Amino acid sequence: MLKLLLSRLATAIPSIVGVVVVTFMLTRLLPGDPAAYFAGLAASPQAIAEVRTKLGLDKSLPAQFVGYIVDLAHGNLGNSLSTGQPVVAEIATRLPASAELTLFALILAVGIAIPLGVLAAVKQGTWIDHLCRIVTTAGVSLPVFFTGLLFAYVFYYLLQWAPAPSGRLDVFLSPPTHITGFYLIDSALTGNMEVFWGALRQLALPAISMAIFSLAPLARMTRGSMLSVLGSDFIRTARASGLAPGTVVFTYAFRNAVLPVITVLGMVFSFLLGANVLVETVFAWPGIGLYAVNALITSDYAPVQGFVLTMAVLYVALNLAIDLLYGLVDPRVRLDS
Amino acid sequence: MTAVPALAVEELSVEFRTRSGIVKVLDHVGFSVDKGETVALVGESGSGKSVTAFAVMGILDPAGKVTSGRALFGGADLLALSERDLAEQRGREFSMIFQNPRTALNPIRKVGQQIADVLVRHGGATRPDAPRAAVEMLKRVRIPDPERRVEAYPFELSGGMCQRIMIAIALACRPALLIADEPTTGLDVTTQAVIMDLIGELAHESGMATIFITHDLALAAEYCDRIVVMHAGHVVEAAPARELFAHPRHPYSVKLLAATPGETASLAELASIPGGLPDLRRPDLPACRYSDRCERRIDDCVKPLPNRSLGERHIVSCWNPL
Repeated sequence: MLKLLLSRLATAIPSIVGVVVVTFMLTRLLPGDPAAYFAGLAASPQAIAEVRTKLGLDKSLPAQFVGYIVDLAHGNLGNSLSTGQPVVAEIATRLPASAELTLFALILAVGIAIPLGVLAAVKQGTWIDHLCRIVTTAGVSLPVFFTGLLFAYVFYYLLQWAPAPSGRLDVFLSPPTHITGFYLIDSALTGNMEVFWGALRQLALPAISMAIFSLAPLARMTRGSMLSVLGSDFIRTARASGLAPGTVVFTYAFRNAVLPVITVLGMVFSFLLGANVLVETVFAWPGIGLYAVNALITSDYAPVQGFVLTMAVLYVALNLAIDLLYGLVDPRVRLDS
Repeated sequence: MTAVPALAVEELSVEFRTRSGIVKVLDHVGFSVDKGETVALVGESGSGKSVTAFAVMGILDPAGKVTSGRALFGGADLLALSERDLAEQRGREFSMIFQNPRTALNPIRKVGQQIADVLVRHGGATRPDAPRAAVEMLKRVRIPDPERRVEAYPFELSGGMCQRIMIAIALACRPALLIADEPTTGLDVTTQAVIMDLIGELAHESGMATIFITHDLALAAEYCDRIVVMHAGHVVEAAPARELFAHPRHPYSVKLLAATPGETASLAELASIPGGLPDLRRPDLPACRYSDRCERRIDDCVKPLPNRSLGERHIVSCWNPL
């Protein structure tokens, strides 16, 4: 298992190097001159040149790249031009917000999609199978930003059930003591139930709109995979041996059917990381998606680079986790490594 | 001969609902197996051998439906039992092994655990005792180095080994009846013989009745006491193995024997049986489903099939037997 872990880590290194190079090049090659932007509309050419020198943008590309790598090695992603804050610090405060939202949405989606898919396969052709089909079709045909806007309109504006879509916590509540950065966990750990409910109420709408979209592929794959496994020879053997229906469905069928579901789970997770940008904009969620969009609009290199790099590392970590999970479930994968 | 057979199948009919109509897969199939006896169910592909076994086991595909008949086993009619009661008995009182042992085992569960699952389910062992009991079972099916092999996954074992594991699973609770559905398909010839010998010995030890499904008449002749010949969902002839080989009476049995390679016949001398199985979806199926292929057809063949008794335990379903 350790060998598998190390070999997968080794294959991840080239991807990280590639991402570092590409992020650097892309932000340099994008149209727009940050020096002109920051010097202001009325700035003289001389002032712009001054700003350019101050930002180090007058040096050659290779020289800039070397500087970038040296900074990176020291854990320095540069400062944001618009806020003046170090990018690392800003991402560190914003990442938990995105992570909490994404993970909560994913857990919600898995919690609904997998039982639904399993039941639909076991009771094929019954009402629950039809329900599964309706949910999956509806899920894929509703984009996240649309469900998000619809929810905000219906549950906040019309029904007043949900709080205003204004970030992670109501303005009258102060954030819990920082432990993990996840408000739900931190407030639960410190026993601050008022903040816990406040955070949950804020989280509900954006998380549900993301969950609805991502449960569709999960439920569909679970159902399809369960159906094909339930029709296989070893399930017939298990039934012929008189094993209890629960054992047949869970120990025998589900553990085999879960493999493709794990693959889809990885894809859905990485998709959710991307979808964050839209949902965070709709719900004014102070995550890294919103941060990256704002930085991109203002041609602010450093945060964009930091965002892309963070995402790349997350993707690599995610794929590694998926691989390891695969190895845990399927002994044949362990052997291949 | 014992008066009460281990399993008596009577008038068993099975239909499959498909998109292109109802397929009458089995039509009033009947045969019996005595305690300690090995009976072969032979016939070409599609003759209904496996469906018969699945119907008795209660593991028919959902599209299949038993429309008539009884399967008497230990004083109860298996076909009338609820799924719950049947599942209690499956694997304990009667069990089944399948062809292609590699795919018939759960690929991601250790073989020892798969044996243990059956033992624990049927009260053959408690969870803590199960691993040891599984090793015992591997010893019974003569797997070398059983302590290590219980920890193996099916993909780490050869086809022959996997079939032994299947046998260990099927016989874990010492059932009174074993149905072996082409247990040697996909195994090489030497392994075939070893597996057949093993099944034979284990059956002999415990006085277990065995139904052996095959299309290999030579194998059936070697290992079975009696042979039941099936064609297109009918039992056409049932006789002691030796008698069937010496004096086949049904025209289909004759052709089937002529199509079987033996010590004397070379491949070139083998005769193929003309025609194919009738389309079982036809609403106007003839009374004798072999009549379209038969060279001995007479006018009486349109009448409902007789069950002619020709001496002790030799039955033929034909108006014009040899």
